[in-house]
Amino acid sequence: MTFGALMFYVFAFVAVASAVMVISARNPVYSVMFLISTFIATSGLFILMGAEYLAMVLVVVYVGAVAVLFLFVVMMLDVDFVELKQGFWQFAPIGGVVATIIVVELILVVAAWAFPDDASIARAHPIPTAAQTGANPDAPNNIEALGLVLYTDYVHYFQIAGLILLIAMIGAIVLTFRTREGVRRQDPASQVARRQIDSIELKQVKSGQGI
Amino acid sequence: MTDLINAIWTYVSTRPTDHGWLGWLIPTTLQALAVLLSLLVAQAFLMYFDRKVWAAVQMRKGPNVVGPFGLLQSFADLLKFVFKEVVIPAGANKPLFIVAPILTFVLALVGWAVIPVGPGLVGADINVGILYLFAISSLGVYGIIIGGWASNSKYPFLGSLRSAAQMVSYEVSIGFVIITVLLLVGSLNLSDIVASQDRGMGMLNWHFIPLFPMFVVFFISALAETNRPPFDLPEAESELVAGYQVEYSSTLFLMFMIGELANIVLMCALLTTLFFGGWHAPIPGTPLDDLPVLWFGLKTVFFFFLFAMVKAIVPRYRYDQLMRIGWKIFLPLSLVWVVLVSGLLLAFPAIADHFQSWRN
Repeated sequence: MTFGALMFYVFAFVAVASAVMVISARNPVYSVMFLISTFIATSGLFILMGAEYLAMVLVVVYVGAVAVLFLFVVMMLDVDFVELKQGFWQFAPIGGVVATIIVVELILVVAAWAFPDDASIARAHPIPTAAQTGANPDAPNNIEALGLVLYTDYVHYFQIAGLILLIAMIGAIVLTFRTREGVRRQDPASQVARRQIDSIELKQVKSGQGI
Repeated sequence: MTDLINAIWTYVSTRPTDHGWLGWLIPTTLQALAVLLSLLVAQAFLMYFDRKVWAAVQMRKGPNVVGPFGLLQSFADLLKFVFKEVVIPAGANKPLFIVAPILTFVLALVGWAVIPVGPGLVGADINVGILYLFAISSLGVYGIIIGGWASNSKYPFLGSLRSAAQMVSYEVSIGFVIITVLLLVGSLNLSDIVASQDRGMGMLNWHFIPLFPMFVVFFISALAETNRPPFDLPEAESELVAGYQVEYSSTLFLMFMIGELANIVLMCALLTTLFFGGWHAPIPGTPLDDLPVLWFGLKTVFFFFLFAMVKAIVPRYRYDQLMRIGWKIFLPLSLVWVVLVSGLLLAFPAIADHFQSWRN
């Protein structure tokens, strides 16, 4: 067994086991921890596949930002599990329908699965072997290859995805934004612009007398 | 001396393919050990240096008892920490309580794998080096959040919540600053970034001149990211005792402390690599060109000195001011610079050729 295969089994096992633990852990904080562990194991799998950029972006975006906010919220929540489980049978039919649809979709995807041929594996590999560098030293690396595809063939999809994210962001702000009356706010610019001459008046006071 | 270091490193780096993965594992382990040992010893003296600078600003003497000039103070502290009793609060979440400092410590050291200390002197010369560093530094927040939560106490929890918001906010502007640098260089490989700053004119070619505002933004964001004063709100003594570290004692506290220091030194090394020409000499053509490791170390210590001076001189920020600087000033500023740099590079290919001459 090569080292790569060994690492694949380690990462794959950790990813699947942590994913199971995410839904079976009692403590929601533990769930988020296992979610993070799943993300990191998945990014290890990406590295083994040669998709180094995707691996790093997965860690930066999901572990570095999204999971932090999850953890942030979950730690402050006071979850009452008895109350959560009350509506279980009431919502079970809808949940079952959604679950069935997703399972069918997954089966359709897996059925159409095809393993890449050697050429595309070699193209995606991040650390070129001696043979590859000898053959084509100027070949685009992972990020360049991704950028070339993303900003030429799929530029419109990319823009649309960006717009959707922007709209979601603005929507979230609009939904939660409230203006409150009578709040005293700071204006740093006016604080900085304040001059001594405007706020302090010097009086010549004779000793022994008031103003 | 440099030749010797290089020869040893090259010997260790050559990974014989015919011995299978053991032939790969042993040299890698040796490299990691070499980096870790030199780093930890250097940190002991940097800690001493930090305290001396701080003392000098306040017209005190600083540590001066253990060893000549107090040089061995850090080692005395280390022994003291290690030999104390580990106290774990009764209501604490024990596994996470112990994992948190280990996480901080490990993540702070793991980042050093991709820092090029000299030409070819780098543990892993990976294509996405800078993204790797960014990912590692964004993971650093977990040690603090988990530590604060697992302590099961109000002050640590408040400290960890503060730090989570603070570190996530400042990561955004750090990310944009990194993007401006890599747009200019055209590569995410740290060795390439260093190589691109050597165009024959020494320090005039370093990135801190064309990207000066970004250099300042990065420096201040690095202070906030590593919870250094004036942004040390997660552990603000006057409000939160010691923030997320309140319940920690002994070796666990030591790990938090070393991890934080390692993070600071890593940020100094990153500043050196991105903006100060890495291992290159400031004035080329002198015999000192042959001492890349020395130059790298000197620049890193210079930035560490700046960190220490900021700690000594600048008063602590209020939390809303901190957030205001991060989101309302640094984020728009760095965003504008990303657009500006990419626009200029696109509009004037001559600029791109100038900065990316390392490719030839």
